[in-house]
Amino acid sequence: MKRAFPILAVLTALLLAYAFYEAIWVAPMERTMGDVQRIFYYHVPSAWTAFLLFSVNLVASVIYLVRGNAKADAVALVSAEVGVVFCTVVLVTGPIWARPVWGIWWTWDIRLTTTLVLWLIYVSYLVLRKFSDSSQTPKLAAVLAIFGALDVPLVYFSIWFFRTQHPQPVIGGGGSIDPRMLHVLLINWLAFSCFAFLVCWSRYRLELLQREVEEAESLESLSGVSQ
Amino acid sequence: MSSLRSITLATLTKDIRLEWRSRDAINSMLFFSLLVVVIFSFSFDPNAEESREIAGGLIWVAFLFAAVVALNQTWARELRNQVLDAYRVSPAPANALFLAKALGNFILVSVLEAVMAPLFVIFYNLRALGPAWQLIPVALLGTWALVVNGTFFAAMSLRTRSREIMLPLLLFPISIPAVQSMVEATRILLAGDGSARFWIVLLLTYDVVFTTACLALFETILQAE
Repeated sequence: MKRAFPILAVLTALLLAYAFYEAIWVAPMERTMGDVQRIFYYHVPSAWTAFLLFSVNLVASVIYLVRGNAKADAVALVSAEVGVVFCTVVLVTGPIWARPVWGIWWTWDIRLTTTLVLWLIYVSYLVLRKFSDSSQTPKLAAVLAIFGALDVPLVYFSIWFFRTQHPQPVIGGGGSIDPRMLHVLLINWLAFSCFAFLVCWSRYRLELLQREVEEAESLESLSGVSQ
Repeated sequence: MSSLRSITLATLTKDIRLEWRSRDAINSMLFFSLLVVVIFSFSFDPNAEESREIAGGLIWVAFLFAAVVALNQTWARELRNQVLDAYRVSPAPANALFLAKALGNFILVSVLEAVMAPLFVIFYNLRALGPAWQLIPVALLGTWALVVNGTFFAAMSLRTRSREIMLPLLLFPISIPAVQSMVEATRILLAGDGSARFWIVLLLTYDVVFTTACLALFETILQAE
């Protein structure tokens, strides 16, 4: 497993470079929006990756609550951390695109608001993990993850009642997209997913090592007391 | 089932009696929300038409902040003298304790709303143009939405450092759809444009979903130590 890590790292770097080349030079220019549309190749893959990571977090949290498996908890923590980073990328690139195209930085539209609330929920999840230092933190965090997941559909419905300004999803939403653009989009998504997986993997190893160190330290201090 | 009901009732009457004798929480909440009302009226200078549009938001934000004051001290009383530890080892169902605490907070916040709502009407010259009686289900469902999750998250933040600040950080993101429903329903009923049915149904859904989740997971939270 350890040998696979550098191989995957090199592959991800190549894939990211190729995806960048495709997005900036190869993809056709959008007729009305011009070059600013190219941010789409970063915005959408980041959103998909973030949502994927939050789903991983939910599944890992449920597994932890049912089985009490410490590795599931580490996966939940790592996917939430990396997911928040990708979600931040989505929330930053969105307004950069919206300002020239819509003329406004932000609007309280259904997808924007749901993404923002999702980001807020996961930031509060990370704050809880940071502020709670008992051994029961994983349990509390897993419960909060379930509450957050229950909340997201309700947020969606509450904003669904308002008019939606965000472009329809290009896949499965009735919008149309140039096949060359779709190709570039999917390459970028693949590259971003690989990158997210790589970061999660190394963070996961770090987390397990850190826990081992903490365990060893507390064992050492215990044996010091008994002598 | 009967033990669930009798233990819930016993804990609830104990809490209400304690609150009735000290009146700590209700007095601080009342004064706090009075301050919020006064500060809001300095920040906006609305005429009657505008105030109909924004009053829903002001009222519920004031109640949300005031509710946090009550929610924060829900469990503090049980930490002293290790009452919570005693509860943990007793065979009493955990949900009875949770229901008693949530109902206690519900009564407390409802009393606050009943006292403060007339004050809002006076200060902002409010007159409902829609069916005003629908404000009652909105208030009841909205209050329950705030206190059921608030009571749960207050129990969760017991195990954290600086728990007073932790509760709003956990509660506010999850409460966003509930707060939006309350504010929108109140605005529609005050301004009389259209039907508030969608928002009332959404509030009801929120209440059912999160009451179920709280009852299903409270045992886990109580035993986490």
